[in-house]
Amino acid sequence: MEQTTVLTAPMAAKEMIEKRVEQFEYDNTSVRNFGLATLIFGLVGMLVGLTVALQLVFPVLNFDLPYTTFGRIRPLHTNAIIFAFVGNGIFAGIYYSLQRVCRTRMYSDNLSKIHFWGWQLIILSAAITLPLGITTSKEYAELEWPIDIAIALIWVVFGINLIGTIIKRREKHIYVAAWFYIATFVTVAILHIFNSFAFPVSFLKSYSVYAGVQDALVQWWYGHNAVAFFLTTPFLGMMYYFLPKMANRPIYSYKLSILHFWTLIFLYIWAGPHHLLYSSLPDWVQSLGVVFSVMLIAPSWGGMINGLLTLRGAWDKVSEDVTLKFMVVSLTAYGMATFEGPLLSLKSINAIAHFTDWVVAHVHVGALGFNGFMLFAIAYWLVPRLYNTNLYSKSLASVHFWLGTLGILFYAIPMYWAGFMQGLMWQEFTPEGVLRYPNFLETVTRVIPLYAARSVGGTFYLAGFLVMLYNLAKTAQKGSFLANEKTEATVYTKIDHKGEYWHKVFENRPILLMISSLIVVSIGGLVQIIPTLLIKSNIPTIASVQPYTPLELEGRDLYIKEGCNNCHSQMIRPFRSETERYGTYSKSGEYIYDHPFLWGSKRTGPDLMRQGGKYPHAWHYFHLRESTSMSPGSIMPNYAWLLENELDISNTQAKMKVMKSLGVPYSDTRINNARNELKEQADAITANLKAEKIEVKPDREIIALIAYLQRLGTDVKKE
Amino acid sequence: MEIIYVLLSVSLSISLLFLGIFIYNLRKGQFDDDYTPSVRILFDDKKK
Repeated sequence: MEQTTVLTAPMAAKEMIEKRVEQFEYDNTSVRNFGLATLIFGLVGMLVGLTVALQLVFPVLNFDLPYTTFGRIRPLHTNAIIFAFVGNGIFAGIYYSLQRVCRTRMYSDNLSKIHFWGWQLIILSAAITLPLGITTSKEYAELEWPIDIAIALIWVVFGINLIGTIIKRREKHIYVAAWFYIATFVTVAILHIFNSFAFPVSFLKSYSVYAGVQDALVQWWYGHNAVAFFLTTPFLGMMYYFLPKMANRPIYSYKLSILHFWTLIFLYIWAGPHHLLYSSLPDWVQSLGVVFSVMLIAPSWGGMINGLLTLRGAWDKVSEDVTLKFMVVSLTAYGMATFEGPLLSLKSINAIAHFTDWVVAHVHVGALGFNGFMLFAIAYWLVPRLYNTNLYSKSLASVHFWLGTLGILFYAIPMYWAGFMQGLMWQEFTPEGVLRYPNFLETVTRVIPLYAARSVGGTFYLAGFLVMLYNLAKTAQKGSFLANEKTEATVYTKIDHKGEYWHKVFENRPILLMISSLIVVSIGGLVQIIPTLLIKSNIPTIASVQPYTPLELEGRDLYIKEGCNNCHSQMIRPFRSETERYGTYSKSGEYIYDHPFLWGSKRTGPDLMRQGGKYPHAWHYFHLRESTSMSPGSIMPNYAWLLENELDISNTQAKMKVMKSLGVPYSDTRINNARNELKEQADAITANLKAEKIEVKPDREIIALIAYLQRLGTDVKKE
Repeated sequence: MEIIYVLLSVSLSISLLFLGIFIYNLRKGQFDDDYTPSVRILFDDKKK
């Protein structure tokens, strides 16, 4: 495929430069495939998003089916948007821009294919497992261990393809976009691996090797940096390529872009603890997270300003060119989100905003505005080029732009309002010194109208997206796809006086070697170190805190399966408003047997840290069967199937064994006797329910869940 | 809280890795020219 024409010969006596023109083809098929997947999964992810939003207004939309309840499909929405929509989108953008800045075809067509199909299979497996309740409960890392391994492998395939392309580039200079892509690959690989360390119980069930506070810290180190290196750096890289191309003018300051890159990646990695302010995490770690979060404003805004100033003197183009309009809103949303992020990480603001819809608004400004709009801009720019034609309709694109922009506003404003209002309501005391809204439900019913308004915003955004799909389909229809784009590049090769070729590949091999060896060494070493470190740390600090009974352990797994942690936190912050409402604040020693931790990040329902003993068993029975029977107006889904389903105890002993190897002190006799112990406790609960005239068999799932809920937070009361 | 040592060392290794890559490329002259690359990409896809 590649042809070589030697044009010039010697230039200097000692050093000769050979100038050749090489002809080659860019691979557009991978770009088209990833692009198509972006559009399809964007539609799916947004539809599921709209559904979960509506479920909070009309609980009937949970359909009383396990597979469609909020707790199970909210993770489906986040995973579909992050990994399917945005994931495929960044791969499309990277595959297109990387080939061009490196002036070469992707390193390997086969790797491109494996990458594409592997990633789609991962998405498919997520779409099947999450509604089935197969989840680790860790946010944005819900997928179980076999899928985690597949993600790691496919990510490495992507990495080899990426680094390989950069190494065989025909341009000596690595354009700044490629730097952002390299950082994306390296960091996401490490984050994913460290956060996914888990001990399998069975093929589709595992426990995080970390417990409690430590698990929380690793999770949010991952969570925050996934936002940084999956949702941010690839987009900044794409901005540095596509924005200049769209505007047909160079980036405002190339120097600033390099500074932007290096400062951003050095600062981002330390900001994760700001997700755990006022929690049981040590104070100095929280402060470290805050300091770095505030510093992050500098590179983030530097990048945004660099993008916006690229358009200086060309704002007339923005009014005509729809791709630039999308870009401008995207960058503005980025600027707002990266200003708001540090603001939210200040303790006094976080005290109000954490656990509320304020954070939901924040992430959607980023996802709908920054990520979504940039992907739309790229789609409008790319599809006509891939199909060698013009955009079908500029006015439809303009309609999409306004629907989308209004959609973001209609989404974000009600959510900010809801978050701020609910956060304040939780904290409000009467002059007599009691909580003004002692009933949590009252603070929920007050924000439901705002949830409805948010759904309208989401509908606008989705409608705009549908308009785009139509427009792009029509565009593709009238053009013809150019699978392999012919191009040529001039290559200068240095020939030293002995006549040896100093090929670029050899010149760059040390980098590849260094990167791969460092990754391999650090992973290999830490795989061995981590478990020992963590088991040692599981020494109980509160004597009365004991491991869960077999029944409670099974109940806890049901709590995870149903995704209760999506709406209920288990973390009482040390505020008077919280201790009045929920009980004693949470201490790190209480979580030492929690593999994984279940602190949650959003309170759509009340905190459950001290739920144990608060209500009788019968209350939980009725409440789980039909929440409104106990709390009129509640928007919690009904879990009637828990009354019918038989509890699966085939893995109970295996689970306890895994827990034991992770440092939970179950004795061998206790593990051997697990089924009897489980039955005894279940019988006791059943008898208690029977006294309340409730007939239920002791081997049903609801008994285990009640056992777990009644245990929550009770250990410290025994002291 | 031994996990902090793990996370600190992982985060530090990532940072040091990137610092190494940065210094290496600085010496290789990657960042000597801070203008032409921005213009060059505008001409990278001329069809032949």
